[in-house]
Amino acid sequence: MTKEYKTIVDIAGPLIFLEKTEPVGYGELVQINLPDGTTKRGQVLDTSADMVVVQVFEGTQGLNDESGVVFSGETIKLPVAKDLLGRILSGSGEPLDGGPRIIPEKRVDVNGASMNPYSRRPPEEFIQTGISTIDGTNTLVRGQKLPIFSGSGLPHNEIALQIARQAKVPGSEEDFAVVFAAMGITNEEAQSFMEDFEKTGALERATVFLNLADDPAVERIITPRMALTAAEYLAYEHDMHVLVILTDITNYCEALRQMGAAREEVPGRRGYPGYMYTDLASLYERAGVIKGNKGSVTQFSILTMPGDDITHPIPDLSGYITEGQIVVSRELHRKGIYPPINVLPSLSRLMNSGIGDDKTRDDHKAVSDQLYAGYAEGRDLRGLVAIVGKESLSERDQRILEFADLFEDRFVRQAKDEDRNIEDTLGIAWEILSELPEAQLTRIDNKYIDKYHPAHQNAE
Amino acid sequence: MNGEIYRVAGPVVTVTGIKPKMYDVVKVGHEGLMGEVIRIEGEKATVQVYEDTSGIKPGEPVANTGMPLSVELGPGLLESIYDGIQRPLEVLQQKMGDFIERGVTANGLTREKKWEFTPIVSKGDSVEGGDIIGVVQETPNLEHKIMVPPRKSGTVEDIKSGKFVVDETVCVLSDGSELSLMQKWPVRDPRPVGKKLSPTRPLVTGQRILDGMFPVAKGGTAAIPGPFGSGKTVTQQQLAKWSDTDIVVYIGCGERGNEMADVLNEFPELEDPKTGRPLMERTVLIANTSNMPVAAREASVYTGITIGEYYRDMGYDVSLMADSTSRWAEAMREISSRLEEMPGEEGYPAYLSARLSEFYERAGAVHSLAGLDGSITVIGAVSPPGGDFSEPVTQNTLRIVKVFWALDAKLSQKRHFPAIDWLSSYSLYNDRLAGWFTENVGSDWNELRDNAMDILQEEAELQEIVQLVGSDALPEDQQLTLEIARMLREYFLQQNAFHPVDTFCPFDKQYKLLKSVSRFGEKAIDKMENGVPINKIMEMESKDELAKVKYEEDFDAALETIMTKMDEEFTQLGGN
Ligand SMILES: Nc1ncnc2c1ncn2[C@@H]1O[C@H](COP(=O)(O)OP(=O)(O)OP(=O)(O)O)[C@@H](O)[C@H]1O
Ligand SMILES: [Mg+2]
Repeated sequence: MTKEYKTIVDIAGPLIFLEKTEPVGYGELVQINLPDGTTKRGQVLDTSADMVVVQVFEGTQGLNDESGVVFSGETIKLPVAKDLLGRILSGSGEPLDGGPRIIPEKRVDVNGASMNPYSRRPPEEFIQTGISTIDGTNTLVRGQKLPIFSGSGLPHNEIALQIARQAKVPGSEEDFAVVFAAMGITNEEAQSFMEDFEKTGALERATVFLNLADDPAVERIITPRMALTAAEYLAYEHDMHVLVILTDITNYCEALRQMGAAREEVPGRRGYPGYMYTDLASLYERAGVIKGNKGSVTQFSILTMPGDDITHPIPDLSGYITEGQIVVSRELHRKGIYPPINVLPSLSRLMNSGIGDDKTRDDHKAVSDQLYAGYAEGRDLRGLVAIVGKESLSERDQRILEFADLFEDRFVRQAKDEDRNIEDTLGIAWEILSELPEAQLTRIDNKYIDKYHPAHQNAE
Repeated sequence: MNGEIYRVAGPVVTVTGIKPKMYDVVKVGHEGLMGEVIRIEGEKATVQVYEDTSGIKPGEPVANTGMPLSVELGPGLLESIYDGIQRPLEVLQQKMGDFIERGVTANGLTREKKWEFTPIVSKGDSVEGGDIIGVVQETPNLEHKIMVPPRKSGTVEDIKSGKFVVDETVCVLSDGSELSLMQKWPVRDPRPVGKKLSPTRPLVTGQRILDGMFPVAKGGTAAIPGPFGSGKTVTQQQLAKWSDTDIVVYIGCGERGNEMADVLNEFPELEDPKTGRPLMERTVLIANTSNMPVAAREASVYTGITIGEYYRDMGYDVSLMADSTSRWAEAMREISSRLEEMPGEEGYPAYLSARLSEFYERAGAVHSLAGLDGSITVIGAVSPPGGDFSEPVTQNTLRIVKVFWALDAKLSQKRHFPAIDWLSSYSLYNDRLAGWFTENVGSDWNELRDNAMDILQEEAELQEIVQLVGSDALPEDQQLTLEIARMLREYFLQQNAFHPVDTFCPFDKQYKLLKSVSRFGEKAIDKMENGVPINKIMEMESKDELAKVKYEEDFDAALETIMTKMDEEFTQLGGN
């Protein structure tokens, strides 16, 4: 398998075209030897008896028809071992931390195979992140994929780090790990993650893949696949609960678009490839829990919405695949509220299975619904007040307006190191709900009002 | 015919030397990956492959089965979960573990189980395609009718009774054809029927906004478009759970694995309100999730509807949910672009609209070949990019379907569920079903509904004024209209799918709820006209109590208490 071909006939963007090869497998890993002695890696995109097309990960700079191409005879694999923990690797899996090569327990195809839906166990274990807007109103569960939809300049990294630090399943002391994959983020951003990991000792329990802004864009296409392969290995073969943070999905999609353009494909919406939904699904769907297996893969990825537009294809297609989204709002950020999470467009679809009597508390669902209803109405009223003035609101409406302010100030706002447990979060919720007339708590069953409403507590 | 691979580009493989017919199923490569011929050009044929093609090389062998993509139809379909090409996921798990490897084949129907077959024809009877030759009790509640495959006929030469595996011969016809409990049918061909009928019965779903406002008929078609997170899947699952059909075919087409796991987890536990049996016993699931091969996703809707038609032919009411037809259309687009076909609107192939209408045309109320009445209702979710309904899949779908349930992100963000916009949704069946409603729900039902719709329409107009001047500036009668509209929205339209009681609302309860709000409205208007100040009406306790009555286990009793109180409160309000 070491035959070297010097039959490049065309180079276009990140692609090279070769003739007269032996039969080459689709998706095979390729090594390219440049005349100056350096090597690059690539992958077969199209293979026929006449022509082979290779996409080069490190870009085609410096390549010419003198370059030699060697086909590896296998698809891209990641060497995996438990020693992956505590390591920092490049976006294509090479050690960056000066440490030894990973001695592989085995080598796994980074594309992974699809989990059989029949083997999946519906995720239902409540993860407490300590952040009220998540735990209280958009609950995360083990095995879920719940990304942060943010915008440039917003504190999504802080939120992700706070979650990485605080996330726990109350009452369980199981093995956990973090797999962090940077895709095209700046060196500075990457540093702040690394420092936080080091400071909190999380690095020991983490595997880091770094593809930074100045690394080749094409490499970004395999970085998340490497990370997810590592995560699946740790989860399903070592029974660990793995939290995967992929950042930034937007950079990943830009790389996809760039590749599509180089292949002269018919572009889909706003120039992104028509298969972007399927491609993103091949990443996001690699979260979950398996029947009869102790481990889990939970994804909490970061995506910056171009122009803060949630209908842009990147957040849009993501939202269609993930199990909800946490939306970071510029408006709340400007008001000086941290974490500036706007709960209204946020959603956790698996919340219902992760909350309730035996998991969080019996009133959780009702309280959350009531908070939403009140806050949504309050925000609508803010719009109205701007036009007609506060005086022309009815008494009822004025109280709802005040509720919306309280909600932002007491429930949403918390400190970067404030780790609220679920009781605290629901306690705050009841405090602010009790500012509304009781008859207006239409989403809450009377039995919960009797049990938890502060006014009823005092009466006893 | 055996040939070889010429080219591999993702799921599309070009092969030579197999002398194919269009849509022949072929086995590709050393591993024998399943694929289907989708284009023939001289010596070369293009094959869409249902499994991952990584590592497959030019020169590997290809074998043509000469058969089109078909499903196995017979006892054992119910309670199964299949991938897009009818491989049972349970069997795949046994054969290859928790992750789906490739190159594994599996029969759609198990050959291990023996079914008790009771013939209903005798030697010498003459039978035709679609005729029933006997029955098998497939589940405690479903009698599976064994039919002569369409296009076959003859005199019964031999007929057996007893226990058989699906592929054992139970009947021999004069032309020598041997019939078993199972038949095969090519998925892309609609199964023939005797006659198509005009639908006249509603699909009763237990969902107030659907049954009450925008009903779909049994044998009809409906679409649920909506942006992500607006409630397509929850609505489809509600329909799968509570619709009054005999059979449910649920197709998870390019969507989430966890959603299918959820159905698998929940359905065996839930009871069919009609029969009291576990819901799973009437359900067939097709799960070709977003990360499973796109070519099999493309096939999944055909696999599903063919299974549906088969039960329809036995004279059953079938409902089929496809979540999401947009992912199916995208699979078509992906394959079309690999074929370098001339793209139509937004890159979709020019035949998108034809494929969509062919699919929905397979819905309908029918007289089967055997003369039995059956139906398939088809309900497709649509996932428009950016939630913009002007895109091709939504638009082409709306041209075909008769019911439109428009999901709205603004409603779902306010947690108004189901987030179906009552102003833009419609049903073209209301007139045709009016008779059924009068007879089965209430003689004034159609009127109650129309009035409610009028009030909601009026609310929308009034809201525009409120946005400018605030609600207190409105005249009293309009303030009252707003209040009644709010009650309609919150008490009637809103329905929490996750509430143990409210998840399913029988028609009788729907009627009583709507009637109560309407009665409040009439009396309140009367009082107001008689000089009772509106704030007194607004403060009525019974009005607020009505909000939660839908959650009561003993609904009738609770409602009666509230309505009695309401009458008292109205009396106390006085007025002249
Ligand atoms: N009838 C309902 N009752 C209560 N909650 C609902 C209802 N409908 C939707 N929801 C809520 O909305 C969430 C999203 O709904 P769903 O998953 O059906 O959206 P979708 O339209 O299928 O989204 P996608 O296109 O991304 O699949 C649910 O997880 C649930 O929390
Ligand atoms: Mg959905």
